[in-house]
Amino acid sequence: MPPRKRLVIVGHGMVAHRFVQSAIDRGLTQTHDIVVVGEERRAAYDRVGLTTFFEVGADALSLLPTGEYDDPRVRLLLGAEVTAIDRDARTVTFPEGELDYDELVLATGSVPFVPPIPGRELDNVFVYRTIEDLEAIREAARAGARVGAVIGGGLLGLEAANALAQLGLETHVVEMAPRLMAVQVDDVGGTTLTRHVERLGLRVHTGAMTQAVLSEEGRVTGLALQDADDVPADLVVFSAGIRPRDALARAAGLEVAERGGVLVDEQCRTSDPHVWAIGECAAPAGVMYGLVAPGYTMADVVVETIGGGERSFTGADMSTKLKLMGVDVASFGDAFATTEGALELVYSDAVTGVYKKLVITDDGQRLLGGILVGDASAYGVLRPMVASGAPLPENPEELILPASRGGSSAGASSLPDEAQICSCNDVSKGDILSHLAREEEPCDSAACVTRCTAAGSTCGSCKPVVKRLVEDYFASTGREVDRSLCEHFAMTRQELYDVVAVHGHTAFEQVLQAHGRGRGCDVCKPAVASILASQLNHHVLDEAHRTLQDTNDAYLANIQKNGTYSVMPRIAGGEVTPEKLIVLGEVARDFGLYTKITGGQRVDLLGARLEQLPAIWRRLVDAGFESGHAYGKSLRTVKSCVGSTWCRYGVQDSTSLAIMLEERYRGLRSPHKIKAGVSGCARECAEARGKDFGVIATEKGWNLYVGGNGGATPAHAQLLAQDLDTATLVRYIDRYLMYYVRTADRLQRTSTWVESLDGGLDRVREVVVDDALGLGTELEAAMERHVDTYFDEWAATLEDPDKLARFVSFVNAPDVPDPHVSFGSTRGQAEPAMPDGPVQLGATIPVGGPR
Amino acid sequence: MTDTTSPATTVVCAVERIVRESGVAALVEGRAVAVFRTHDDEIYALDNYDPFSHASVLSRGIVGTRTVEDVEVPFVASPMYKQAFDLRTGQCLDDADVRVASYAVDVRDGVIHVGAPREPR
Ligand code: SRM
Ligand SMILES: Cc1cc2nc3c(=O)[nH]c(=O)nc-3n(C[C@H](O)[C@H](O)[C@H](O)COP(=O)(O)OP(=O)(O)OC[C@H]3O[C@@H](n4cnc5c(N)ncnc54)[C@H](O)[C@@H]3O)c2cc1C
Ligand code: SF4
Ligand code: FES
Repeated sequence: MPPRKRLVIVGHGMVAHRFVQSAIDRGLTQTHDIVVVGEERRAAYDRVGLTTFFEVGADALSLLPTGEYDDPRVRLLLGAEVTAIDRDARTVTFPEGELDYDELVLATGSVPFVPPIPGRELDNVFVYRTIEDLEAIREAARAGARVGAVIGGGLLGLEAANALAQLGLETHVVEMAPRLMAVQVDDVGGTTLTRHVERLGLRVHTGAMTQAVLSEEGRVTGLALQDADDVPADLVVFSAGIRPRDALARAAGLEVAERGGVLVDEQCRTSDPHVWAIGECAAPAGVMYGLVAPGYTMADVVVETIGGGERSFTGADMSTKLKLMGVDVASFGDAFATTEGALELVYSDAVTGVYKKLVITDDGQRLLGGILVGDASAYGVLRPMVASGAPLPENPEELILPASRGGSSAGASSLPDEAQICSCNDVSKGDILSHLAREEEPCDSAACVTRCTAAGSTCGSCKPVVKRLVEDYFASTGREVDRSLCEHFAMTRQELYDVVAVHGHTAFEQVLQAHGRGRGCDVCKPAVASILASQLNHHVLDEAHRTLQDTNDAYLANIQKNGTYSVMPRIAGGEVTPEKLIVLGEVARDFGLYTKITGGQRVDLLGARLEQLPAIWRRLVDAGFESGHAYGKSLRTVKSCVGSTWCRYGVQDSTSLAIMLEERYRGLRSPHKIKAGVSGCARECAEARGKDFGVIATEKGWNLYVGGNGGATPAHAQLLAQDLDTATLVRYIDRYLMYYVRTADRLQRTSTWVESLDGGLDRVREVVVDDALGLGTELEAAMERHVDTYFDEWAATLEDPDKLARFVSFVNAPDVPDPHVSFGSTRGQAEPAMPDGPVQLGATIPVGGPR
Repeated sequence: MTDTTSPATTVVCAVERIVRESGVAALVEGRAVAVFRTHDDEIYALDNYDPFSHASVLSRGIVGTRTVEDVEVPFVASPMYKQAFDLRTGQCLDDADVRVASYAVDVRDGVIHVGAPREPR
């Protein structure tokens, strides 16, 4: 039996630990005794999870909780720093002694880089690398530090900032580059990330160069920035990058890389054949990797090589995915589109804080890389797609559409079988397919696949892909479900919405050319018109959009069963002066219109012929009326009660508030109609709780209820916030409505929208009241823009001969009424005469939207 | 769409007056006729009367195409209850038993003329 050899490892960090495990697993300890000399006094721990230290403590982070390896041939010397290597004698020296080695493995990791700026040596200035660093930071916070500043807005800097915030410090992040995580994400990604970070209450200073740590009497007081105001702070953390710990190797005369790190070959061997370097201290081919996965690969390579096997390290994927303060960030492949001719496809949703970019080849065939901020659920599909070079699906944008819309997992079918779908449980696409296709009791649902393979049972991030694979498989076996909008667009309405946003289309023609076929129809045209209307802001009768509108919008009036129209001017809050009431009566009389008080506290004039509409509206507009938008998906009415002005029970002026609200939100185009109500006391005569938003007066102010409606599926509005002053009330309603307008489905009333949100009413409260997305001011500004740019569609139409030209009975006989339209009378008013008896409506009532 | 057997005599309007992919109503010998212009500038004329809703409204419907037996058929959807009618023949695409009259159309010097109803083929 050959004599046993000794292998010494310097450092006991994550990679050294992996090395020992791998050595035990692969039988290297059968020929080698292993001695690990580590400087830290604790055994290896999970540095990647360092930030959870404050929550879970040191024990939970330990990778070796027992303090020793099962294999007696591995010895661990902790709290011992190796100070020298004698390569000729093959010994290493540490304060307590000396060790001979046959093979030496350097796994010394790296240290935080602290730039040479004045004040860096002060108390309360820290780095963020070890458990001891975190303990010291916690001590300082307990000793009274209030404001922390982190220098460096990279991956680690943000982790550190998060930790400070968790400790209750007001926290600033100071980054030299113009954006956060400059290495991983681009400008828009950085901006999106900044928003998320700021929403958590942190302050971000980008493009800010720190010149000095300021102090008074030896106590840190802040940071001096170049060309910017000082940042106050009584605690500072440096996180301005890392430097490989290669000093020991340098002193021993080993070659080091130009930019630092012990230079090694593909087997991770240094310039001395018996010395190896792995992990962050190593620089294979001159490149240092600041991630743990490449270090693990290097550890395995060295174990195999010393054991006589053949394996090499030829570079690593620098793709990163992390959840940073609850925010997904992923960056993979050629994220910055440096490949020649590379194209970028971008999806961005400011409301939900999602930014996704795909970098694809100029022929659109392959994925090169990408950036995901806010939602990295597609990472599981996208990264293997880059690695495998699998061809892209026909509509690659589907890959980055939100997962809730069935998009992000769309590319799953084009992945090769060996692609890893569930990284938590190492389940490949092939594994999943084999469960679906097996003879005996094949899996019949995504849930069943999760039970059988464990895919999706841990972090859950792979669930959408698993679901998609199952659906695709069923589709391929004939169990297809068609989700197309219509024959012209093979996507759902929501997917279409995102496609329009991604490409910035402004006209139906463009959308059809790019994503549809044929010429469109009565389903997709109004759908696209509504999508365009919410993304642009135009008169619905502008030429490019006119032919897309459903008939009510097309003539700014509601069509009635005999082809005539109704006229419904706005009567805000249901309040009307006698003079105006008289005008309504006169107009109705002069044009022979049937007159009725509606369920919405206003007056409907019915039976207007198409060609009469302009003249009727001329009279109404001159009398001070405006469109009531009874025809549009927009605000209808704000119902009011008489309130404190007249009612003996009223505690607030509900009528004035209702009028103010109706005038504020009139004309707002929305996914479905919006109705509101304001009651002057809890007796609730305005039925506010049956409205999309309802306000009920209290002694102290207003209670705001949201998500109610009558109609086919009645729902009571739920309390969102209590005892608000009027200004706050209006701000909350602004936010609520804009949030709804931006994120709801077409024809989805607020009640079903609230229900559909992850978190339901609580989510609405988070966004509207707590401003958790940090979008409050933006939503308010959007509403302010709406209020400022509001115009009366009817007044504008009367001023435009082009638009008016369409309001004729016959193009070649504009003054001849359509002979088909005739009237009878009931109770002294006009009534449509129906020559051919009642109309067959069929069994369905066309109400509401797709769900 | 010239039909030589029945010369189109009633002047409707200039082609340009009709926005592409929409219709107008015209009065042709006392009858309400819906005249449509498609994306490729074909002009069609159908009875304006929607037999489902019993209202004279077809000219106000949305114009598009529907694939029927692999042929892209130009159609108008009634603005009332959305039934589709083949612009070329007046055949209802949702109900084989329903058809509205289609009229002879002739475009001369950019002006549309509509003639008598055509015999169903
Ligand atoms: C005129 C009016 C009935 C009346 O004579 O009182 C009316 C008439 C129509 N309603 Fe209504 N609704 C009228 C009050 C209501 C109310 C009561 C209210 O607003 O307080 C409701 C229940 C409350 C609610 O919406 O939450 C109501 C629930 C509906 C629904 C079902 C909505 C739902 O979410 O289930 C529809 C169908 C739809 O919108 O898809 C509808 C649709 C319609 C349409 C637009 C149907 C259509 O497409 O032709 C009717 C034509 C209006 C016209 O020609 O001017 N109407 N409708 C009322 C006009 C109110 C106004 O001043 O604007
Ligand atoms: C806060 C934080 C978050 C991170 N997040 C991620 C992440 O999300 N994803 C990711 O991939 N990576 C992440 N990293 C990086 C990851 O932790 C490192 O890549 C990994 O720890 C490197 O392992 P290593 O063994 O090479 O070095 P280390 O873990 O640093 O271990 C080196 C050890 O060697 C000891 N040592 C050094 N010199 C001597 C000597 N002369 N004598 C004895 N002992 C010595 C050191 O004390 C240290 O214990 C993060 C790092 C930090 C600090
Ligand atoms: S809700 Fe109250 S204030 Fe308003 S009318 Fe009814 S009882 Fe009077
Ligand atoms: S990746 Fe599948 S459960 Fe986490």
